[in-house]
Amino acid sequence: MTQNIKFYQTGTFTVGNRLLDPEHRAVQASIQRDNSLTSGHRACQGCGEALGARYAVDAAMRATDGQLIAANATGCLEVFSTPYPETSWKLPWLHSLFGNAAAVGSGIAAALAVKARKAGLERSAVRVIAQGGDGGTTDIGFGCLSGMFERNDDVLYICYDNEGYMNTGVQRSSATPPGARTATTVPLGPNPGEEFGRGKNLPLIAMAHEIPYVATATVADLRDLEAKVEHAMSLHGARYLQILVPCPLGWGAASCDTIRLARLARETGLFPVFEAKGGEITAVTKIRHQQPVENYLRLQKRFAHLFGDKGRPDIVARIQAMADKNIRRFGLLEAAE
Amino acid sequence: MIRQIEGSLAVAEAVALCRPEVICAYPISPQTHIVEGLGAMVKGGTLTPCEFLNVESEFAAMSVAIGSSAAGARTYTATASQGLLFMVEAVYNASGLGLPIVMTLANRAIGAPINIWNDHSDSMSQRDCGWIQLFAESNQEALDLHIQAFRLAEEMSMPVMVCMDGFILTHAYEQVDMPTQAQVDAFLPPYEPRQVLDPADPVSIGAMVGPEAFMEVRYIAHAKQTMALDRIPQIAAEFAQVFGREAGGLVRGYRLEDADTAVVALGSVVGTLEEVIDARRAAGEKIGLLSIRSYRPFPLAAVRAALAGVKHFVVLEKSFSVGLGGVVALDVRKAMSGMAAVGHTVIAGLGGRPITQASLQRMLDDVMADRLQPLTFLDLNWEIVNRQLAREASMRRSGPIAENLLRDIGQKPAPEAKP
Amino acid sequence: MTMKKPFAITLDPGSSLANKTGSWRTERPVYVHRLPPCNHACPAGEDIQGWLFHAESGDYETAWRHLTQNNPFPAIMGRVCYHSCETACNRGTLDQAVGINSVERFLGDEALKLGWAFAPPAMETGKRVLVVGAGPSGLAAAYHLRRLGHAVTVIEAGDSPGGMMRFGIPKYRLPREVLDGEVARIAAMGVTFRYGEKVSDLAASMAETHADAAFLAIGAHIAKRAFIPAKDSARILDAVAVLRSMEGAGPPMLGRRVVVYGGGDTAIDVARTARRLGASEAVIVYRRTRERMPAHDFELEEALQEGVKVRWLSTITGAEGGQLTIEKMELDAAGKPQPTGVFETLDADSLVLALGQDVDMSLLAAIPGLVTADGVVLVDPETMMTGQPGLFAGGDMAPGARNVTVAIGHGAKAARHIDAWLHGTKLAPPAERPLAGFDRLNTWYYSDAPASLRPQLDLARRTSSFDEVQGGLTEANALFEARRCLSCGNCFECDTCYGVCPDNAVIKLGSGMGFTINLDYCKGCGICAAECPCGAIDMVPEES
Repeated sequence: MTQNIKFYQTGTFTVGNRLLDPEHRAVQASIQRDNSLTSGHRACQGCGEALGARYAVDAAMRATDGQLIAANATGCLEVFSTPYPETSWKLPWLHSLFGNAAAVGSGIAAALAVKARKAGLERSAVRVIAQGGDGGTTDIGFGCLSGMFERNDDVLYICYDNEGYMNTGVQRSSATPPGARTATTVPLGPNPGEEFGRGKNLPLIAMAHEIPYVATATVADLRDLEAKVEHAMSLHGARYLQILVPCPLGWGAASCDTIRLARLARETGLFPVFEAKGGEITAVTKIRHQQPVENYLRLQKRFAHLFGDKGRPDIVARIQAMADKNIRRFGLLEAAE
Repeated sequence: MIRQIEGSLAVAEAVALCRPEVICAYPISPQTHIVEGLGAMVKGGTLTPCEFLNVESEFAAMSVAIGSSAAGARTYTATASQGLLFMVEAVYNASGLGLPIVMTLANRAIGAPINIWNDHSDSMSQRDCGWIQLFAESNQEALDLHIQAFRLAEEMSMPVMVCMDGFILTHAYEQVDMPTQAQVDAFLPPYEPRQVLDPADPVSIGAMVGPEAFMEVRYIAHAKQTMALDRIPQIAAEFAQVFGREAGGLVRGYRLEDADTAVVALGSVVGTLEEVIDARRAAGEKIGLLSIRSYRPFPLAAVRAALAGVKHFVVLEKSFSVGLGGVVALDVRKAMSGMAAVGHTVIAGLGGRPITQASLQRMLDDVMADRLQPLTFLDLNWEIVNRQLAREASMRRSGPIAENLLRDIGQKPAPEAKP
Repeated sequence: MTMKKPFAITLDPGSSLANKTGSWRTERPVYVHRLPPCNHACPAGEDIQGWLFHAESGDYETAWRHLTQNNPFPAIMGRVCYHSCETACNRGTLDQAVGINSVERFLGDEALKLGWAFAPPAMETGKRVLVVGAGPSGLAAAYHLRRLGHAVTVIEAGDSPGGMMRFGIPKYRLPREVLDGEVARIAAMGVTFRYGEKVSDLAASMAETHADAAFLAIGAHIAKRAFIPAKDSARILDAVAVLRSMEGAGPPMLGRRVVVYGGGDTAIDVARTARRLGASEAVIVYRRTRERMPAHDFELEEALQEGVKVRWLSTITGAEGGQLTIEKMELDAAGKPQPTGVFETLDADSLVLALGQDVDMSLLAAIPGLVTADGVVLVDPETMMTGQPGLFAGGDMAPGARNVTVAIGHGAKAARHIDAWLHGTKLAPPAERPLAGFDRLNTWYYSDAPASLRPQLDLARRTSSFDEVQGGLTEANALFEARRCLSCGNCFECDTCYGVCPDNAVIKLGSGMGFTINLDYCKGCGICAAECPCGAIDMVPEES
């Protein structure tokens, strides 16, 4: 009859929990959180990337005791955070180019390594993250990223994946999902939106480099995200974290639905949340309440052409099949009891 | 210490004496031996502490350099030709961010057609990139310029490109006087960055700057290069004091006193020209030579002063702006604007074509006879050119130009073209 | 160290605070306190969500004190309340309702075990109030009036307090030490109790007690009768008498075969009591079907477990000797039972009528201004005041459902208005709080957590003793159960709004102080409101 006392009101789903010891609460629950990306930035209302960036960088700040430097690719995150004369960043931060954030991170890490050795230390206490959107990561920054991976440079690369080039006006990237409307994959013709059979799964590509740590996360799974950042910062070498950050503008979604969409992306199986070490998957976040992809797609105007009188249930079915494949491939459902 | 070594190795050793902290290496001829040499020193433990990164492209090389320089490390890389073009975006970025990276450019032609030999097309393609560009006449000067380059770059918070002719210098075994570590340490203080990524004093570097301030940022870059016009000769003078030899500076005149005619050039061809000048002087001609050592910033006043008395000047350059003519010549003519002297542009040595004393003599004979065209291509094979132009006029599918020309001159296309 | 930073390219950290993005906003988030459905449904007016909040952190005494601001009887309520709160509970839509009742009982039992006492009133008003009847309504009124500083005298016709809690609810549902314990705590506040005294002249009693006001809560102790043609030999009793006699010296003689006539909770109580008294057969005869039975289904279920049988769609048309005549009924289109003309016989040593109760209204006849109808006194539903100024009434004698919880609610409400009346003021009706409906919740955030079950006495002892059937929760289970509360419509400081704002525009004020919106930076995206688990944030349009 006795049950372990868990925080069943909210478990670990909420940001905080007044009943938990402060050290067990999310970083974001703390009044002392860094707000590394602080107020006054010019991100759109409900921006998932702004949220994901603060989550991740604050967690990294806590994990490193504030000894952190960030390299940032060109993109929304850079533009909305640092328009002269104001920056929203509170940590040392460097923006160089669209396609080189990983290499810039490598350079910072190299500099820190030398400085540490000059000071007689084995390694630097200051750590490096490099970050960018999916365009800056999976497309134009891919070469530098792969180089950073294969050299096993001591950088955590964080990709804020909003599935397209949002800063330039919502064009397709290699992370844009099939069926999605973008400015360069218009919903016309027999295969409206992004074609099936294209695109890149960067977490799997990262795993193929056999780097120490690869993980995915979403802005809807804050504690999972923070745990992954914290774990990543406990390791050295090349690490990769891809965070799904819904974009109200690019996805045609209500600004209040950002987290809901991220949650649905995971609960449908469209965005598998897992972690891998040395190229092997070591943990998978199981789906809690499985949802049909339609529940996810319908909230987004970029998929509006799939519904209604002239809808395309066949395409919805293909997207569902993708989710089902992910569920099989990554084992996203709890084993039936 | 006087040593007989390859130019690349001389540069590598000079760079090592500058105690670089991060070196990015990506192979491209004819720069490769430099980073090979440095890599060996790092791996062998003679250059330490230093991080030597084998990157995956020149774009990454410059990007890594940007990161390490911004994090306060003395940073070096080297490239050439296509490599420079591949990193162009980062080249501009490094200067825009004011990062004192030093890079050797082993000057080489740019394709297509692919060509691994020396000219200055690569440098000149980047004349507006905001880097300081210094040109070395010899291997001794190349190694000396690197030592000065770190000093200059770090003082000015600007990146410096040391340009040395590919193969002609990089692969030439010459005697050099290699300075001691103590000499270099006396001349080059540890790097104290103007801005640095430091958790103790966080800043955001690389803001997006709109119309309200962009012009000012650009002008400040120009103003700094203008200041460098003062610092470059001062640093050269200090260098001479410490090391006991002359190197660098903005320009170097050779037998320009009382000259009616002057040849203006940069890089290793200056050595060949000196011999030609000596010969013509011996024949009684009032002729001299001006070597431009700082191409950016361009020393307008120094050039004007050096050439103040001449009636003719010939800009001999290994670069070429297709559709216009000389590249360096434009700057020299700007320096000479309002002066009565007649200027000529001679394009020479593109893609590694030898610039022989005989050809130079012929060209100077034409100058003296007042028959040199304003734009002249030294040793251009007009027969082949005309044949191809005729071919193109007569048929639509005239075929690939480079291969046609090689067939015309009786050679087969080069089977290997080592990039 | 201030660096001479490159102009425009390098910026000072956090300088974007100069950019007040709040100007983008068209809607603003506003923290609200909505009425949780449990609180809304509680006849006793308990702030259930409020006391569960304290129980969640294991601070049971604060929870108990918060609870008893509205209801002095958590140990009793935790046993006998029909917990409409749980029926209303939003968690029921999610999985199973929070076991509010069982947590309440846990708190009540903790209080009795640890001897928590009510604080005496902060000040005495000098006013006196007479309460007639020491049933749940009268006791509740006495408690609240005393808390407000009035001197209270309770006059009770019976010889002990509790009213129907004692005389209508069997011990196996409400052990008497629990009842006595919770009443004693009220007496300890300084309330005067007088037992065995029937008020027959209210004015005289008020004068005698110097009362400035009075609250009547007499209860419904008179059994309703049905005309059953019966020979003298038939043994016919009424439920009230049977249950009351259980409190006396000797238990009633019911025989081996007991038939109970009626379909309410009282009928079931009697049948279950009969089983415990040794009846081998206890049969309930009811005119309608199980779905239409007014008794609570869980009570019926427990009775069936104990061997009680039910004859559905049956009426008793005659009684003679040890035999009853039963007519089968059928429901018409309107759901009313209609006779079929088919008859059966049923052996019975006794027949207990459990057909409802009436209030003894004899006291009221002499009081001017009172209006009665349908066996109850009409009161102002807002104040519980009768037509006679200063005279209030509640419990079974006032309109409304007849159960302990409603009675306690009447007492509490009457006390507030008596207090106002004594002060010559009128209480403004409380502000309407919009309901915290299920659709406002973001249930994702709540862990899956099935309800904890209370232990039950084993069946053998349930038919052989009057030991309490329903056990209490352990401390661990009570805590678990408390933490199943969704805190509908009221912030429980989960920090989600604080975490999910992309603009850091939610200010966390610290433990117990909640949050506020930083309107300088809030862009009005609405994520905080959408993600708030408990629906405690509204998005309100900005004035243009």
